[in-house]
Amino acid sequence: MMEAVLSLLGDYTFQIVALGSALLGVISGALGSFAVLRRQSLLGDGVSHAALPGVAIAFLLTHDKKTEILLLGALLMGFLGAFAILGIVRHSRVKFDSALALVMSVLFGLGLVLLTYSQKMPNAGQAGLKRFIYGQASTLLQRDIFLMMAIGTVLLLVVILFWKEFKLLSFDPEFAAALGFNTGKLDLLLSFLLVLAIITGIQTVGVVLMSAMLTAPAVAARQWSNRLWLMALLAAVFGAASGVAGTLLSSLVPVLPTGPVIVVCVTLIAAFSLLFAPERGVLHRVYRRLKNRAQFQTARESKI
Amino acid sequence: MIEYDYAVEVHDLTVAYDKKPVLREVSLKFPKGKLIAVVGPNGAGKTTLIKAMLNLIKPVSGLVIFKDSEGAGLKNKIAYVPQSGSVDWDFPATVLDVVIMGRYGHLGWFKRPGKAEKNMALETLHKVGMQGYASRQISQLSGGQQQRVFLARALIQQADIYFMDEPFKGVDAQTEKSIVALLKELKGQRKTVIVVHHDLQTVSDYFDWVAMLNMQVVANGLVEEVFNEENLGQAYGGKGLLLKGAV
Repeated sequence: MMEAVLSLLGDYTFQIVALGSALLGVISGALGSFAVLRRQSLLGDGVSHAALPGVAIAFLLTHDKKTEILLLGALLMGFLGAFAILGIVRHSRVKFDSALALVMSVLFGLGLVLLTYSQKMPNAGQAGLKRFIYGQASTLLQRDIFLMMAIGTVLLLVVILFWKEFKLLSFDPEFAAALGFNTGKLDLLLSFLLVLAIITGIQTVGVVLMSAMLTAPAVAARQWSNRLWLMALLAAVFGAASGVAGTLLSSLVPVLPTGPVIVVCVTLIAAFSLLFAPERGVLHRVYRRLKNRAQFQTARESKI
Repeated sequence: MIEYDYAVEVHDLTVAYDKKPVLREVSLKFPKGKLIAVVGPNGAGKTTLIKAMLNLIKPVSGLVIFKDSEGAGLKNKIAYVPQSGSVDWDFPATVLDVVIMGRYGHLGWFKRPGKAEKNMALETLHKVGMQGYASRQISQLSGGQQQRVFLARALIQQADIYFMDEPFKGVDAQTEKSIVALLKELKGQRKTVIVVHHDLQTVSDYFDWVAMLNMQVVANGLVEEVFNEENLGQAYGGKGLLLKGAV
């Protein structure tokens, strides 16, 4: 077993896939923290599902299978989906959850139709567009990793640069506006970064599971930290650890698909954190309640 | 008639949500260095008025003019204390973090708060009686403590005009007293303080000036001149009788 792990660690393909998955974890963990705090996790889910027809449309238009071209299509459709959801909420009496469900399922359905159609195209034989549904980390190439690194570096740098503004926007947008910050543009920027993070991840874990990568590390990190920077940092670490662990597991057991295994790993971290974290964990709360009750009872008994 | 030195003027302000007007052609002048109450029944547009004055809501028409403070520096001359229920207090931040946010406008884009801001925040926390709470997680605060943290966040702005949206809401008697003392201190420094207020019983004790609102301006002037039965009746409709003790 140990030998298998060691030889795997030296394997070039494994290194590439693990690095890509770890990068995805870092990016989605950091950006996901803001999404969770601003209650935009569901919007993220809508964006990732909406991205699917973008992949197919990009391929149908260009007949090119290069990742960056497919992801560009995904990016544009992801934005369109987000604008459609927010636009419906703003200009009609339809509530957010209905608008989300509508746009998400319609665009995801459209994506499936277009994917099936494009599979029949002459040069589509091994286009492998289906990998964007559930993700297929094993198809990551070295150039995909470079692309992820470039996007990830830009994303993290912008977050660091606008740290104070994003923090204020997430906590109290109205106060930020009263201080004179252009909250409309800040909101747009942060949403843009979020969409970019989502699109970067769909090749690895797929549009269906991507929102788990945004939400689970952030939710887990919040359990262990009371400061925003620590939360974002921990979320990035949890995301990266799940990426590597998921890649390792799926490489050792060949029938396991990488993307879903990564999501299972990150979910386990979240579940553990929800149960066992100090202060905010379920167990701690139960313990405290029992302790309070016991103290109350002894106090009463000593009175009698 | 005395001519006052006005800090801010509102001209013909009309604000509507979904075409339904909330404020109709409101014109008001607020004098400098006074404690000003904005009163009126629920739905009278009190919060809407201060949000429109702060440019947080786009009015349908009308003008808001701040005197003596123009252009780029304007935002730093104005401080805002929103209702404490307007944010999620489970946000991962400490009391100190939140108070320092009051300096973000002075810092401007990209610049990070440092030692100077931290010291200012500690001093301001002392002023609102929260000195022991600097490193406390904000989710652990009571309603009155949340209100005082928001107050500290506004005080640290060192503004000329303060807008406060129901700072006494959900606050115990002792906190209310200490907030009133702070308001008087601000007045002593010639600051203008505009407060959305609900408790008519305390208007005469706490404030110099009152604007009575019910979608339109019912009265605006010195408390001893305009805060009377007749205007209250007009602002609150038939409920005037219930308020007898207030005047």
